[in-house]
Amino acid sequence: MRKVYLADDTIISPLGFSTEENLQNLRNNSTGIKEVLDDSIWPSVFYGALLDNDSLSDAWGSFSNDSDYTKLEKMMLLSVSKLLKQNPSLNIHKSGIIISTTKGNIDKLREKNNNKAYLGSIAVTIQDYFKLEKTPTILSNACISGGLALAIGKRMIQSALFDDIIVIGGDLLSEFTLSGFFSFQAVSPKPCKPFCKNRTGISLGEAAAAAWLSSDIKNSKRSVIEITGDATANDANHISGPSRTGEGLYKSINKALKEAALSSNHIDFITAHGTATPFNDEMEAIAFNRSGLKNTPINSLKGYYGHTLGASALIESIIARHCLLNNELFASLGFEELGVSQPINVITTNSNQTIHRVLKTASGFGGCNVALIIEKTG
Amino acid sequence: MSGKEYYISNFCTIRNGCVFKNGKLIYKDITSESLKDFSKNIYKFMELNYSKFHKMDELCKLGFLASEVVLQNEENVDEDTALVFSNRASSLDTDRKHQHTIEDREQFFPSPAIFVYTLPNIIMGEISIRNNMKSENAFFVTETFQPHFISNYSEILMNTGKASSVICGWVDLDSNKYDVFLALLSTKGIRRLTKEELSKLYNQ
Repeated sequence: MRKVYLADDTIISPLGFSTEENLQNLRNNSTGIKEVLDDSIWPSVFYGALLDNDSLSDAWGSFSNDSDYTKLEKMMLLSVSKLLKQNPSLNIHKSGIIISTTKGNIDKLREKNNNKAYLGSIAVTIQDYFKLEKTPTILSNACISGGLALAIGKRMIQSALFDDIIVIGGDLLSEFTLSGFFSFQAVSPKPCKPFCKNRTGISLGEAAAAAWLSSDIKNSKRSVIEITGDATANDANHISGPSRTGEGLYKSINKALKEAALSSNHIDFITAHGTATPFNDEMEAIAFNRSGLKNTPINSLKGYYGHTLGASALIESIIARHCLLNNELFASLGFEELGVSQPINVITTNSNQTIHRVLKTASGFGGCNVALIIEKTG
Repeated sequence: MSGKEYYISNFCTIRNGCVFKNGKLIYKDITSESLKDFSKNIYKFMELNYSKFHKMDELCKLGFLASEVVLQNEENVDEDTALVFSNRASSLDTDRKHQHTIEDREQFFPSPAIFVYTLPNIIMGEISIRNNMKSENAFFVTETFQPHFISNYSEILMNTGKASSVICGWVDLDSNKYDVFLALLSTKGIRRLTKEELSKLYNQ
């Protein structure tokens, strides 16, 4: 079976316009979640991680004079353009492309001529911009999309359909999704606090990211980072409520470990989904306990980015790659006191320690779950 | 990669007021005035008794009904039957309904019962619950049905042991225009799985 390496990445988020800028902010425990007053999204003040339009325009301006793109298109095009600029050897024309998004340009649904609201319009925009022969494929699988897109990219490389895959992820903080999560009474009145006793729901965020998956070990930078296991499993339980037994997540973790030929005690660190809703975090704690991972250091990055939907698991996997490269762990921002019924080892301060293997998990509406094993293998 | 042989064991098409199983017309209803009535009539025709059906949005109902046809008379539905679905319009039909509830700030009434269906993969959640499938799910959005990509990806899942069988296909709904094609892929059957065969069955 061919091996699949995480060769490089970029993140475009409220915490910066490069992965390195994002990492600096994580090191400083700075959050992108702020008090937002923006009438186009919500009539009153709320907490969310919004990407500043002017900063985005400035960053976009260094790549293109064409301002006729939507905000999400600029974010995604910028992430890919930067990835290509960083890696002259990466040929986008020979690479497979998977775009992970839950709602795309959903803010355009309000407008009369709203063809941009079709998810496929993003694929066409990316195709046209980079003059690609084929239209990229879109994956829309709720909040696990970004992690599942990496898993699918890995499987396509292993099956020799491609030597290189570019995974692009992105979603907006829109009135559409915010109103929906408010209707579920799932939005926190304060910045979200994953796994904490005082958690009161999610904060939404927006971001885009791009990652290069390669079959060639020579494309690795500094250390060799490999995706050695992946699995998804459905809870078969409820379309919006997390499983009480964590069944699907438990099953995905076990399958991913099995593929990587590892057991749970080999995992040095878990970068969890941790949305900070009462039921989600509880479900994850149960699944991690069932998997023998209660003592493994764990964090959620939602306290930094908010929940960026289709981008979240991609961004969290990218950060995991850099945690492996730099041997560092980041505190789970917002956490004060354990607030789940099963013990888990939430990281409360940043630290430097040697880590070899990370478990990345995500769960979403529709009962879907994904687990990835990301390893430093050289 | 093991080169096992796979088959298209069953397939279902729902199109133009007709339901086909393995290419044979099993139900026709060109009199229903709404898609809602059409789906309800198929439900009755199939003598289903599943109360969750009535809460589903129209896209889910179509995918659910096609999955029922495909799995009809299958004795054991394996827990590891993966779902690999695709369409063009994602969940736009229900997105528009949610948008309607937030269009006017003076009359603002977003509802969780609608919002939860603004994700296309919810169909696969519904089918997983119905059949107790704790399996691989993936929902792709493409301009047209991509038999090459879908059969490749489904074969990868079976070849790597990530799934024992796969229900794959196309479930699209946009402004009352619908097009549904689901196929059960497994090691049993008479129609060899190839992208040409999948394409032929979709187009027939």
